[in-house]
Amino acid sequence: MKFGVVTFPGSNCDYDAYSALRHVLGGNVVFLWHKSEDLADCDVVVLPGGFSYGDYLRAGAIARFSPVVKQVIHFARSGGTVIGICNGFQVLTECGLLPGALMRNSQLRFSCRYVYLRVETNATRFTNACSVGDVLKVPIAHGEGNYYHFDDELSRLEEHGQVVFRYCDRDGRVTPEANPNGSRHNVAGVVNREGNVLGMMPHPERAVEKILGSVDGLKLFKSVQAFFAVPAAVGRS
Amino acid sequence: MTNNSRKVVVHVRLKPGVLDPQGITIHKALLNMGYHDVESVRSGRFFELEIRSEASAMPQLINEVCTKLLANPVIEDFAIEEIA
Repeated sequence: MKFGVVTFPGSNCDYDAYSALRHVLGGNVVFLWHKSEDLADCDVVVLPGGFSYGDYLRAGAIARFSPVVKQVIHFARSGGTVIGICNGFQVLTECGLLPGALMRNSQLRFSCRYVYLRVETNATRFTNACSVGDVLKVPIAHGEGNYYHFDDELSRLEEHGQVVFRYCDRDGRVTPEANPNGSRHNVAGVVNREGNVLGMMPHPERAVEKILGSVDGLKLFKSVQAFFAVPAAVGRS
Repeated sequence: MTNNSRKVVVHVRLKPGVLDPQGITIHKALLNMGYHDVESVRSGRFFELEIRSEASAMPQLINEVCTKLLANPVIEDFAIEEIA
């Protein structure tokens, strides 16, 4: 299997993602330039963090119309595996591959620190190596990560098991105090209805080695690896 | 064919009910400054567009530009104001 990490003008976590996937996970990884008209036969596409196109207009709003994202939309609609981290999540909501929107943090400050995430479902290709209720320590670094969707849409997401991660405290309690940005229902990561596209504000690629303070992010990438190793067995519904 | 040039202003704002942290913060600042008569603030932004196209195609073009790019229809509304 092959990972592709997209680089937009303004991406700044593309090398972090590359390094986590290549040097820690030992995967086959290539970079995909934003002007690329194809995805180089990748099995998994990662839209990394950063400030694509300077975050002009709205975070992710301009990247959405780049040539590579056109390909990513096509790839995702035909069942391809896509992970959007931070700015990548913003791009995925802007282009309609994921529900909801990411707004300014409620406290209006850029927030850069470790948070805890509660795994809400392990029936996805991104969390099959986790158990429901696992608490992962993963850093955030964003100013616009305030997940918003309307009440009925949120209920629908929850009903269909599309909320994958919620902000929680270190004991796994989902509380307002553990919410770093005002996200509705503490939502930190969601998948699409089909389960092949994940978006999350926290950075699992920055939590893959002890020296970084946590290795919990690795669970996500190992899940994806396992999904491709035994396609019939894990996370495929 | 009637090609004409028009100037429009597009106002984009958050839908009613969507929390507006910037508006709230600005409102708090105004209250701190003593402007107690200001009851609420909602923030938004505007864009000035000069468009040259066939008159009949204009409304649809403006609508497309707004829904595809200038506003995020999930959380934002837009209003179009013609100025010339």
